[in-house]
Amino acid sequence: MNSPRTLYDKHIDSHTVCTLDDHGHVLLYIDRQVANEYTSPQAFSGLREAGRTVWRPAATLCVVDHVNPTAPQRIAAMPDAGGALQVSYFEQNCRDFGIELFDVLDKRQGIEHVVAPEQGFILPGMVVAAGDSHTTTYGALGAFGFGIGTSEIEHLLATQTLVYKRLKTLHVKVSGALGSGVTSKDIIMALIRRIGASGATGYAIEFSGPTITALSVEARMTICNMAVEAGARGAFMAPDDKVFAYLKDKPRAPRGALWEQALARWRELYSDPGAHFDAEVELDAGALEPMVTWGTSPDQAAPIGARVPDPNHEPDLIRRQDLQRALRYMGLEPGTPLSEISISHAFIGSCTNARIEDLRDAARVVRGRKVAAHVRAMIVPGSTLVRDQAEAEGLAQVFREAGFEWRQSGCSMCLAMNDDVLSPGDRCASSTNRNFEGRQGAGARTHLMSPAMVAAAALSGYLTDVRHVALEA
Amino acid sequence: MQPFDSICGIAAPLLAANVDTDVIMPKQFLKGIDRSGLDRGVFFDLRFLADGQPNPDFVLNQEPWRRTRFLVVGPNFGCGSSREHAVWGLKQLGIRALIGSSFAGIFFDNCQRNGVLLIQLPEEQVQEIGRRVSHADDAELCIDLPAQQIRLRNGQSIPFEIDPLRKEALVLGLDAIGSTLQRTAQIRDFEAGHLQRNPWLA
Repeated sequence: MNSPRTLYDKHIDSHTVCTLDDHGHVLLYIDRQVANEYTSPQAFSGLREAGRTVWRPAATLCVVDHVNPTAPQRIAAMPDAGGALQVSYFEQNCRDFGIELFDVLDKRQGIEHVVAPEQGFILPGMVVAAGDSHTTTYGALGAFGFGIGTSEIEHLLATQTLVYKRLKTLHVKVSGALGSGVTSKDIIMALIRRIGASGATGYAIEFSGPTITALSVEARMTICNMAVEAGARGAFMAPDDKVFAYLKDKPRAPRGALWEQALARWRELYSDPGAHFDAEVELDAGALEPMVTWGTSPDQAAPIGARVPDPNHEPDLIRRQDLQRALRYMGLEPGTPLSEISISHAFIGSCTNARIEDLRDAARVVRGRKVAAHVRAMIVPGSTLVRDQAEAEGLAQVFREAGFEWRQSGCSMCLAMNDDVLSPGDRCASSTNRNFEGRQGAGARTHLMSPAMVAAAALSGYLTDVRHVALEA
Repeated sequence: MQPFDSICGIAAPLLAANVDTDVIMPKQFLKGIDRSGLDRGVFFDLRFLADGQPNPDFVLNQEPWRRTRFLVVGPNFGCGSSREHAVWGLKQLGIRALIGSSFAGIFFDNCQRNGVLLIQLPEEQVQEIGRRVSHADDAELCIDLPAQQIRLRNGQSIPFEIDPLRKEALVLGLDAIGSTLQRTAQIRDFEAGHLQRNPWLA
């Protein structure tokens, strides 16, 4: 086993219980799981019906995040019967199977992929699976995270393993310094645009290069989080001193001699020189502009200075029909400058972009200004701890004075499973991850962008190049 | 799990690219703690008009595709959210197999766990099958999983590949958890060594 290995290989090799066939299937040991109230209930019911137990309760952390309201005053009760049933069954399952739960009143509650890193529950070298597609976030910590469905949650709870097929590997090298007003969100949006919404299907992506190294750990999480929107079933970044500093003294990080022992191991987590990747892509971050989506798939994106594309320029019939359908749904005319698109809502939230640095970015744009009269603007912090910190730093005050709603934490209008739902025809500048039809509400239209770009759009009432706002300041 | 042997039935073309699980199963159907009633939610915004009546323009509301057992789909079908509700709903609607050129990873695994067969073929072949089943008279086909063949109305047979492990689980309708738990001792041994090598994980 002396041939050079990728970081992905190292994770899979070190977690393989046994090989199951000669087609790449292994029984993979999973170190940690995060669970939420909406994809887990049928998994627990399956265990109950079969009389099975949870293999290792301490490996799972349960967090209420998808269905809870985000109204400024936090209460335990869920406003709708379905959400109430899911939350009470979640609590019962945690009690009966001995799993730790952060409920809505817990000071550590928040979106699972914001909470788990914040608590030090996810560490470099771990393999993590969770019933949510954005589990890829953990790659920014040098862990391997991937999303699974409910049947797999049940399998994982019962056996601490998954039947797993090895992926191919894609190496994305990012170089060049980001311009002012350009963020890690723009890097991942530009990559998805370039390789397409299925460009990384069947792959795990490893990101590297000077641009990635220069990013903060939180900014890296945004990239790994959205790698799934290119189809990737996992994303990696080799953990470095920034990651170790981020994790040190987190509530669940190892301490003392154990920390030193872990650190020595974590420093071996990188792809060996000469390791083979199945595909490579190079991206020049220095050439990037702030990105926005104009369609209904995350790859339907363009720099803010561009125009809505013309489907008649697409030679392939099927793709032309897809474009026409997207523009019809979005209510956009070909050739319209993106900066002339008027919005009704602005939303800063989600596991992609609602960490403290995202809120600081947005506050820098907003400070001393007002939200446009026709826009409803909302901030939903990624976790209750992020919310507390933003209040302590005075950011909440900046947002409130500008006319933003300052709300409690949850997944909220990223997928609109709670009562934060848009109406048909509403148009939202959103710091989230998916612009699918109906995602934020039936008939509602979503434009994805960075938190600073959402802030700029909230102020002007139009999709706006944040670099122009900053210049006026 | 319901075994999959050889099944004949109507196939419906749904050839748009990047059909995501939000479209397959919208959010208002995700509020249960069981799997019931999800057939109503499948493609809800496409299948039903604002007043709740079936949308006559949508293929699954037309004869003979109202009785569809198979879908012929565009690339990257099932992308987005991990919600298995999408697969439970498709299955409750009577769908047993999908034919497409690429499927999103989590959706792929979810189908496998629920006895829904996914067949991957080159895009041109998928388009060709899609064109054929768009005609009401040619909409029926048979899928023979043991023989790894799709048989069209005109007698044409199209072979497909599938991992032996996946095939066996589908044909026999194996309980994945039961199979894995037969390796309990092996998992215990691995876990003990793993936690000893990485004591900060214990």
